[in-house]
Amino acid sequence: MKHYRWFAGCVAVALGLVANGPALAQETADAAVKRASQELLQIIRADPKVQAGDQARIREVVEAKVFPNIDFERMTSLAMGRNWRVASPEQQKRLIEEFRTLLVRTYSGALSQYRDQTMDYKPVRAEPNATEVTVRTEVLRAGQAPVPIDYSMTKKTDGWQAYDIVVGGVSLVTNYRDEFSEQIKAGGIDGLIKTLAAKNKSTGSK
Amino acid sequence: MYAIHEPLDENVVKPVAQAYLDYTPSPLRTAIHNFFGNIEDFFSGVNGLLQGKLDKAGHDFGRVMVNTGFGVLGLIDIASDADIPRGGEDFGQTFGHWGIAQGPYLFIPLIGPSSFRDGSGLLVRIAASPVLYIPAWEVRTVLEILGPIDLRASLIGTTSLVEQAALDRYTFIRRSYLQRRQYEVYDGQPPPVKDEDD
Repeated sequence: MKHYRWFAGCVAVALGLVANGPALAQETADAAVKRASQELLQIIRADPKVQAGDQARIREVVEAKVFPNIDFERMTSLAMGRNWRVASPEQQKRLIEEFRTLLVRTYSGALSQYRDQTMDYKPVRAEPNATEVTVRTEVLRAGQAPVPIDYSMTKKTDGWQAYDIVVGGVSLVTNYRDEFSEQIKAGGIDGLIKTLAAKNKSTGSK
Repeated sequence: MYAIHEPLDENVVKPVAQAYLDYTPSPLRTAIHNFFGNIEDFFSGVNGLLQGKLDKAGHDFGRVMVNTGFGVLGLIDIASDADIPRGGEDFGQTFGHWGIAQGPYLFIPLIGPSSFRDGSGLLVRIAASPVLYIPAWEVRTVLEILGPIDLRASLIGTTSLVEQAALDRYTFIRRSYLQRRQYEVYDGQPPPVKDEDD
């Protein structure tokens, strides 16, 4: 139970901190994470609607600030594992869309709970021209143990994007890989898409 | 097992924890939380020793001494204010450190995700619990009830997140739990997982 809470809280924190501003192509990966998360923290702290828990506004912020910094295609394909190649281009497109929506909802619901935090950024040890790096950070909250959050980043033409987030050792992609493969076993890829869509509909009405 | 857990939690445990949050003043709740945390720190220290992690054990026992001595039997967490870190060790991690595998995953009603190994660790922990050996039954009973309520109350608000995130809560929690425990056993440096895809 302890771990379960721990994880849930941290996913919220992690998703919350992959925020975005205008991406700068020459930026290093750790600088990108730092700039982006600082911007988001600033909005969370200052925006009265976010503070009041206005879900529509929170979703807006998430869409505008967080998601441009995430490589959803890569994330979805990793979560699909070997099933990704079996899926038709149409199915792939739907999967990316639905997975993205699921993450918006999850994240928006969680964001309002986590605002009083600061971040610590560890220097990245990587070749200067590397296109894949892991950025290590820690979230510090008063009176609680720091929460390590690692971002697996990939370099795109217009800047860095995250394709996995590992919160205290729990990888988002690995978690969803289990979930996806179970759904696919039960109802095929279309079954998974249907489940995702239904899930998004039900949580969307809340 | 999960099928038993959910209705029990939803209808009994969670409402009690929510009432506790609603009707207990926050300083009192903090003191209660610290009290139980102090006991956990002691066991973390024991497990640090069992794994030969003397630094961690030193911190944990230091915490216990400071908090028990100056923090009114652990009601005030002075050690955290003084930035003495928590080791966060437990018997399940010790078994893991000794090379014992997780074994089958278990979902224990009212307790939550566990495994054969971690569940065994939990049994050891419960059997050694100082609360069970308090001679005055009134005090003992109060503490035995307060402990779980304190724990459950600290989880409120996050269960709804899992609800939102998970397609299937059982699967989601299982994978999170197993990943997390692997990470803890290796103190944040788990061996890389072989990826099926890339």
